[in-house]
Amino acid sequence: MSRFLLPLGIFALLAVVLAIGIRHSPEKGVIASPLLGKPAPAFAVPNLSNPTGEVRSADLRGRWYLFNVWGTWCAGCREEHETLLQVHRAGVVPIIGLDWKDDDAQALDWLKQLGDPYQSVGTDHSGREAIEWGVYGAPETFLVNPQGIVVYKHIGALTPEAWTREILPRVSGRPAGTS
Amino acid sequence: MLPELGHFALILALLLAGLQAFFGIAGPALARDRWSSAVTAAVAGQAVMVATAAACLIASFVNEDFSVAYVAENSNSALPLVYRVTALWGAHEGSLLLWILLLAGWTVAVALGSGRLPARFAARVLGVLGVVSFGFLLFTLATSNPFLRLDPPAPDGRDLNPILQDPGLAVHPPILYTGYVGFAVAFAFACAAMLEGRLDQNWARWTRPWTTSAWAFLTCGIALGSFWAYYELGWGGFWFWDPVENASFMPWLVGTALVHSLAVTDKRGLFKSWTLLLAILAFSLSLLGTFLVRSGVLVSVHSFAADPTRGIFILVFLIIMIGGALALYAWRAPLLRSSAGFELGARESFLLFNNVLLVIAAGTVFAGTLAPLISDALKLGTLSVGPPYFNPTFMLSMLPLLALLSVGIHANWKRGRLRDSQRTLLYTFVVAAVLGCGCAFGIFARGNLLTLIGATLGIWILLSSLVDPIDRWWRGLTLSRAVLGMTVAHIGLALAVLALTTVQSFTIERDVALAPGGKAAVGEYEFRFDGVRAVEGPNYDAMAATVVVTRHGAPVAVLTPQKRQYWVQHQVTSETAIRMHRGNNLLLALGEDLGAGRWSVRIQIRPLVSLVWIAAFIMAMGGALAASDRRYRTARAAATSPAGATAGQAG
Repeated sequence: MSRFLLPLGIFALLAVVLAIGIRHSPEKGVIASPLLGKPAPAFAVPNLSNPTGEVRSADLRGRWYLFNVWGTWCAGCREEHETLLQVHRAGVVPIIGLDWKDDDAQALDWLKQLGDPYQSVGTDHSGREAIEWGVYGAPETFLVNPQGIVVYKHIGALTPEAWTREILPRVSGRPAGTS
Repeated sequence: MLPELGHFALILALLLAGLQAFFGIAGPALARDRWSSAVTAAVAGQAVMVATAAACLIASFVNEDFSVAYVAENSNSALPLVYRVTALWGAHEGSLLLWILLLAGWTVAVALGSGRLPARFAARVLGVLGVVSFGFLLFTLATSNPFLRLDPPAPDGRDLNPILQDPGLAVHPPILYTGYVGFAVAFAFACAAMLEGRLDQNWARWTRPWTTSAWAFLTCGIALGSFWAYYELGWGGFWFWDPVENASFMPWLVGTALVHSLAVTDKRGLFKSWTLLLAILAFSLSLLGTFLVRSGVLVSVHSFAADPTRGIFILVFLIIMIGGALALYAWRAPLLRSSAGFELGARESFLLFNNVLLVIAAGTVFAGTLAPLISDALKLGTLSVGPPYFNPTFMLSMLPLLALLSVGIHANWKRGRLRDSQRTLLYTFVVAAVLGCGCAFGIFARGNLLTLIGATLGIWILLSSLVDPIDRWWRGLTLSRAVLGMTVAHIGLALAVLALTTVQSFTIERDVALAPGGKAAVGEYEFRFDGVRAVEGPNYDAMAATVVVTRHGAPVAVLTPQKRQYWVQHQVTSETAIRMHRGNNLLLALGEDLGAGRWSVRIQIRPLVSLVWIAAFIMAMGGALAASDRRYRTARAAATSPAGATAGQAG
């Protein structure tokens, strides 16, 4: 009898390993960003709400900020919007948006309808800025520390879990840059 | 409207799959034959619903309906029509739908061919297939619905992953999946036999054509995938032991073992529980191949959809399906006893070696593929397992397998004495060894020991496979398709061994930096770089280089490798230029712009590389030929015939 139970036993062992593997895979990030631990790209992009102004990385020096790449065409961005609003309401860290390959009027419309979680939003019609950040697909969110180093990257829709487990512990306990 | 219709059809399909599973399993168990006969209706209904859902999604792609999230993420208004259709399986959700569609296809085929099966047994088989389908439909609807809408709709789509915009993609996943899904049929037959608690030689005879067909599709799928990686990804190799490749290769190895083990169960009524275990294993590895690659557990260049949140569902599904089947195995397999025996040198023992070696090979691939994951999960640090591990360990089990093959096909069932075959084997081996030496040290003059072994084994298999069929044909005897198929498949294997040996031993690879007008001599060819120019495709910009190839001054070809940048996803892909010349495969890939008109160019000359894929297709053809043997479609006489009584001796 035991001979015939052996395959089941091996499979049970494997299932445990796979379970551990699945639990660990989210933090592996699947697509590791080469930017992690490196300085965030310097940027100066047109401001969505004020086309004559710019959103510049130089102005963000010395404070924590979240850099969120989104677009009105992107399903995951719609999904994470509520989380972004919560993050905004928490007031711990400002969110800088990058409206990626999008129509300005539609983007403004979106923010008016769904609420605006961003401190400021830059536009990136050509997609050049997103290339600088190594964006694979929207939405992606980067956490940048006061020294301008990318310390965390979240791929896909931002979840409350990612916020409380990954982002908040990194930011809290330090002087938070609020607007 | 169409997406909602598709969504609704999927929900109905789920319900029908549930009914199919319930009636198929409960009907025979409770001896309610009217329940059992309701199964086919559920099968038909489910197939119609699944086809409707797939048609709706394809229509949404063709109509450029960017209000559907999946369409918006995998298509674009500039995408050519054919890729708008194949984009159906361009990412996770659609791939699942394709899987379900193919499963429905196989299920219908089984239902149509089930007329000669005992009614209760057929109902059980369809019931198990219903369970599989139910699980997949539930997974799709719960976590990966391809019909979700966007509000507001996207103005345009994000485009299909550029790597996948290639004719290879149009056929590769469906064929590969047809193979994966086909093992579900073998799995269902195994589960049905265990539920029934009875497994005879008829069972093996029913299962064989299905298994062999699935195996043939999988062989084709793997070969196409390798071919696709070779000329689309431009890495200049045809096998990387990449987790995704391994995921398709493991079910193939176990499936190959199953095909051979089924032959023994069919002919001699032996290896019963072992065959069942292999059937479960082959399908389990197919599930692993389908799922884990895309769940983020295994990560590789190929996995274009990764979402860890789906992992839990997948794991639960795997535990229910595989764990359930293995529990059933632990409970029922001890009941299946074989009384017949065999001697050490008999064909059975060679097929046993074949099985053990193939399973060991699958095990080493499995270990190498999962080791990084396990090491990571247990916090032992990051581990990278590559060709330095896979190549030697794989050869360690494959070389004995190849060496035993020739002897095995000439061995007799049951009795261990080789008798007349001994001389045939000796002669063919001597000829093979002489020719092998000639290949290794004569033609190319720089072979090594592995070249010699590979060439000798390849030629030996080729010759020894041909001896018997030619002899029978000479004497005017007919050959059954099963035997013919086996011979063709073994010839394919021999050619694959020869091709791999040649490619591994005699490939030349060079990276050169060339300015316009610059030349590079590689092997017996000369390459002149005539600069690059910009070209524009339907949805990409590209730099195309012109390289003139000559051999001893005579023109061979003008090659134009490209480097493409796709507009929407900004992904850069390398389009290699490939040309066959005198059996040599010339491959050029355009590398980096080094400034001042200079570019880096990778040049490879691979002798006989095309034969690797051709050989794989020959193997698949052999499988198809064997599966079409009429013997499998005619009912065996009521009482199971005694061992080895049939004339054809398919191995």
